Amino acid sequence: MIKILDQIGRYFLMLKEVFNKPTKWVVMRPLIFKEVDDLIIGSMAIVAFISFFIGGVVAIQTALNLTNPLIPKSLIAFATRQSVILEFSPTFISIIMAGRAGSYITSSIGTMRVTEQIDALEVMGVNSLNYLVFPKIIALILYPFVIAISICLGIMGGWLAAVYGGFVGSDEFIRGIQTDFHPFHILYAFIKTFIFGFVLATIPSFHGFYMKGGALEVGKASTTSFVWTCVVIILIDYLLTQLLLS
Amino acid sequence: MDLRGNHTDRLSFNPVTIKLMIEVKDIEKSFGDSKVLKGISTTFESGKTNLIIGRSGSGKTVMLKTLLGIHTPDAGTISFDGRIYSDLDKDEKRALRTEIGMVFQGSALFDSMTVEQNVAFPLRMFTNKRSKEIMDRVNETLDRVNLKDANKKFPNEISGGMQKRVAIARAIVNNPKYLFCDEPNSGLDPETSIVIDKLVQEITKEYNITTVINTHDMNSVLQIGEKIVFLKNGLKEWEGNNEEILETRNKSIVEFVYSSDLFKKVREALLADEQEHHAHDNDKKA
Repeated sequence: MIKILDQIGRYFLMLKEVFNKPTKWVVMRPLIFKEVDDLIIGSMAIVAFISFFIGGVVAIQTALNLTNPLIPKSLIAFATRQSVILEFSPTFISIIMAGRAGSYITSSIGTMRVTEQIDALEVMGVNSLNYLVFPKIIALILYPFVIAISICLGIMGGWLAAVYGGFVGSDEFIRGIQTDFHPFHILYAFIKTFIFGFVLATIPSFHGFYMKGGALEVGKASTTSFVWTCVVIILIDYLLTQLLLS
Repeated sequence: MDLRGNHTDRLSFNPVTIKLMIEVKDIEKSFGDSKVLKGISTTFESGKTNLIIGRSGSGKTVMLKTLLGIHTPDAGTISFDGRIYSDLDKDEKRALRTEIGMVFQGSALFDSMTVEQNVAFPLRMFTNKRSKEIMDRVNETLDRVNLKDANKKFPNEISGGMQKRVAIARAIVNNPKYLFCDEPNSGLDPETSIVIDKLVQEITKEYNITTVINTHDMNSVLQIGEKIVFLKNGLKEWEGNNEEILETRNKSIVEFVYSSDLFKKVREALLADEQEHHAHDNDKKA
């Protein structure tokens, strides 16, 4: 328990240092673009693939469970929309991102630690935490855009699966999507993803930056960071749902 | 062209009248119950290649890391040209670190950057030079370390010796006042080691840098050891230069210097030669 509290304390001290003594903008700018390319653009293909098929699966599962003829078929679209906006896109994709982007962040920073590149930065007088972590945080500010695309593709996947699977007509599906729509749910999804983006940038960075050992430990740190990122995402998901939707 | 062109601008005093140096006074460092440095005092002067030598576990890496500020000493002081490191605030420490060049044992080049990006890094980070000025300076420094046609290559595409040259170029590109090298010859063949040693010594003299090298390579000790600090079990056992080290009767250092078969045989040959010479002289006198 003391070890966990110690880790939490070090995590917040790390955050303080990340925002302390910023790196020159001319140096920081290309780093931010590089991180946007690696973390956001680089993740788009897997996010698009998963979102599209998850939307389809949700639609089919809902359709197969709607056996009562009194329940309108438009509920398939309604359930797909709600599932995708409220949970599947923000949370499920964040878990995927913890594996893809989180592991990349931990292993890249961890390798820099092992090969003394972080020591080299420190000895030069560079605030290594700001140099390494800050661009990732800024890049992941764009994470809600990824989720916006994920939501669109998820619903599109649901529409394709439901309509071309012969479960519901296109008009009825579109009517179902529009039924009882609360724009706040979109805001709720974006608030969640904004916070998840911060978690995705900082927890893997923490595990990479403070790792000790060699190549094997870089792998272990990646695994640990994935587990902790998932745990924190799920806990924050629960808290935000209680706070914003209850 | 003098790579230290702007060196005097940074100093608040005239470097000609005051000798630049690093002064270490009674530094102690422990890790848990293990006392690694036990009150070491010495000075490292500018324009000289200062060597810290000793067996593995003697405390030389901890000593170097303490000098660099990576470890904080439990007791004692380290001063850089009169500036006591522990008395500096965080920003002053960072500013001092920009005056330090470091060559790491494994080179520690940024593997996502090309050779020229690695060398340009301190300039981009700490100066307001334009891109063309930076590239001119990078090319000039790479020429100085005899490294051409590797600008666009990544560190994993060049040999260990070339990586060391790039690391040296990166360390000196921003006119450091202090250059630290952690085992610069490790992993290099003897011929390349000599080239690297000579390069470090030439640069030290040319730019009047205070150079501190951590090594256990006896070739380096004999070739460039203008000041040698020998550590044993965390204590300064002996200090001198590369001529004195061959004549010393200090048992620990004799054991260290002549621990390899090659040096043992050289020493035996020298002693036999000396005895023969004495015998010849005595015969003459008789």
